[in-house]
Amino acid sequence: MENVQPLLEIRGLHKHFGSVEVLKGVDLTLRRGEVVSIIGSSGSGKTTLLRCVNLLEEFQDGDIVLDGETIGYSIVNGRRHRLRDRELSRQRSMTGMVFQSFNLFPHLTAAGNVMLGLRKVRRFGKEEARSIAERWLSRVGLASRSDHYPSQLSGGQQQRVAIARALAMDPKLVLLDEVTSALDPELVQEVLNTVKGIADDGATLLIVTHEMRFARDVSHRVVFMDQGQVVEDAPPAEIFGNSRSQRLAEFLRNTRT
Amino acid sequence: MGYTLQFGAIWASFDKLMSGLAIGLGLAIAAVAIGTCFGLLAAFASVGLSRIGRMIVTCYVMVIRNLPLLVLVLLVYFALPQAGIRLDKYESFIGALALYSGAYLTEVFRAGLTAVPKGVVEAARAIGLTRIQTNVFVTAPIMLRNALPSLGNTFIGMFKDSSIAAAIAIPELTFQARKINVDTFRVVETWIVASGLYIAACFAIASLLRRLERRFPKF
Amino acid sequence: MQTFLDQVWIARWPLWDGFLLTIEIAISAIVLGTVVGCICGIQLLFGPAISRLLFRLYVDVMRGTPVLVLILAAFYIPSVVGISLNATQAGILALSLFAGAHIGELLRGALQAIPPGQAEAARSIGLTFPQTLTYVLLPQALRSALPPWINTGVELIKGSSLLSIIGVGELLLKTQEVIGRTFMTIEFYIFAGLLYLAANISLDQLGKMIERRVQGR
Repeated sequence: MENVQPLLEIRGLHKHFGSVEVLKGVDLTLRRGEVVSIIGSSGSGKTTLLRCVNLLEEFQDGDIVLDGETIGYSIVNGRRHRLRDRELSRQRSMTGMVFQSFNLFPHLTAAGNVMLGLRKVRRFGKEEARSIAERWLSRVGLASRSDHYPSQLSGGQQQRVAIARALAMDPKLVLLDEVTSALDPELVQEVLNTVKGIADDGATLLIVTHEMRFARDVSHRVVFMDQGQVVEDAPPAEIFGNSRSQRLAEFLRNTRT
Repeated sequence: MGYTLQFGAIWASFDKLMSGLAIGLGLAIAAVAIGTCFGLLAAFASVGLSRIGRMIVTCYVMVIRNLPLLVLVLLVYFALPQAGIRLDKYESFIGALALYSGAYLTEVFRAGLTAVPKGVVEAARAIGLTRIQTNVFVTAPIMLRNALPSLGNTFIGMFKDSSIAAAIAIPELTFQARKINVDTFRVVETWIVASGLYIAACFAIASLLRRLERRFPKF
Repeated sequence: MQTFLDQVWIARWPLWDGFLLTIEIAISAIVLGTVVGCICGIQLLFGPAISRLLFRLYVDVMRGTPVLVLILAAFYIPSVVGISLNATQAGILALSLFAGAHIGELLRGALQAIPPGQAEAARSIGLTFPQTLTYVLLPQALRSALPPWINTGVELIKGSSLLSIIGVGELLLKTQEVIGRTFMTIEFYIFAGLLYLAANISLDQLGKMIERRVQGR
């Protein structure tokens, strides 16, 4: 196990918006096939961390290494340079992102949403893209909805389309950002079941969530973040068992009530 | 007083009015088609990264919106030949109206652009589309759907403004009406019919556009 | 350039007269149009059925007809039905009717956007309907209608240039006369364009100033 290269390695990540420091040196490692949940109160920097990994945010210091490739920046003569747009786009396509507010393309059908990246980024032909899209839509239980527009779908269905859209790109790593927070309570479970299903298939997932029970059930490891730092990083049994740090204990006490 | 309405002379020249109407529509369609290109380019430039680009667009919109269309038409028609560019009166009018409509369409598209949700653009970036691909396949279609109603209104406005082509002797509806007015002295009838034709055409265009809007799904 | 400036100096009084007439026409039309528009807007919303219908017809006819057609109609029609108007008066009539329809429609929109609770509250303290309109509804509607009202003013200054076609000696016609004498086509059209630009941008700024004032309260 020791010589196996990790899929994702985040080292000393620093990020600030103006004078506000959001990430203060985050280290995190994911192995292939691992499911890791990040918990923490809002403002702890967990969503920002995810957005940095998907290169939607710039960061000021530290490295993100995905499958052996340092992403987002190159070092030329000792100075960091943000990569060019085309390069960033290629690296982004290696990770899939599922957003809290779905962000489906409103002018495309469910199938069209899944197909856009397959056609324009992966350069599949129309027929092939179509059949991949159909396969993923039926994987998330929406085979019969593939020609519906987002406005004709419920929130839970929209989020499942978004999951299909991310996974159809065959990403090395899937990032899920509070995927159930914008849903009505009765629609949460169908989305969580879908995520559980892809986790069981062996996908590598980095999940930001408020659903503690879900984090415990699905994850190999749970990371607790507070004020821009990783405070705890341990298997769920340990995290939810005898909490070691006072901050984690406090956080869990507040979320349970 | 003592004026009695007699439409006979007008119906005799009705075909001229109709061909005038067709010319007006043709001018508006050509101008708005070109103006749409100007407007799209300018709108994307105005939310783009280049400060100079944004400044040029701001100036363009401000100048055109505050300038009478007739001045612009005369300037293009009479001034370009002096600068060595030969255009016939149709080309020069279409050019002027395209320039004019482009400024209004810039604002229409800019409003449509700001109404595109930020998260949807991020989702496109997240699956690996480049900035240009995102604009072409995601931002532009959503923006165009948002802008469709205002685009239609702008087109109707430009169709009405095509009447100003009469000032450079293009035989469109207003020009023909004025000619019939002078030839027949059926003054009241002429302007009732001319105005009625414009209103009917605007109404027809508006209902056509509403049908078009219904064809596309609302977001 | 020197000769152009010389020609501007020679033509300064005709151009100045034309510019003043343009402003006078626009001001007359906005004043008359506002009076018509206020009546129109109130009638469109609160008038009896027949009045609502007639004003709706008026608004739709004015908005479906090009301004130039309105101007030509106002120029040719009055004389044959025995009313004598000179070209300037005919032009002001056409622009006022055009402005009245636009202002009526935008006032209707502004009145309609006021929450119904406002009128109910006014009635509950015992105000009559005219009082409710005068003291509660119109002040709010006029405030929100200010930006499009200023925009109508800009359209009127632009539209007044069309009066050159019926021979009103406003800025554009005076400019064309100067061009006929000097053959400096580009220079004088651009010069006229700059004057229109200056007038409209000043009006726009005036509108923004009033808006700030009104919002301060």
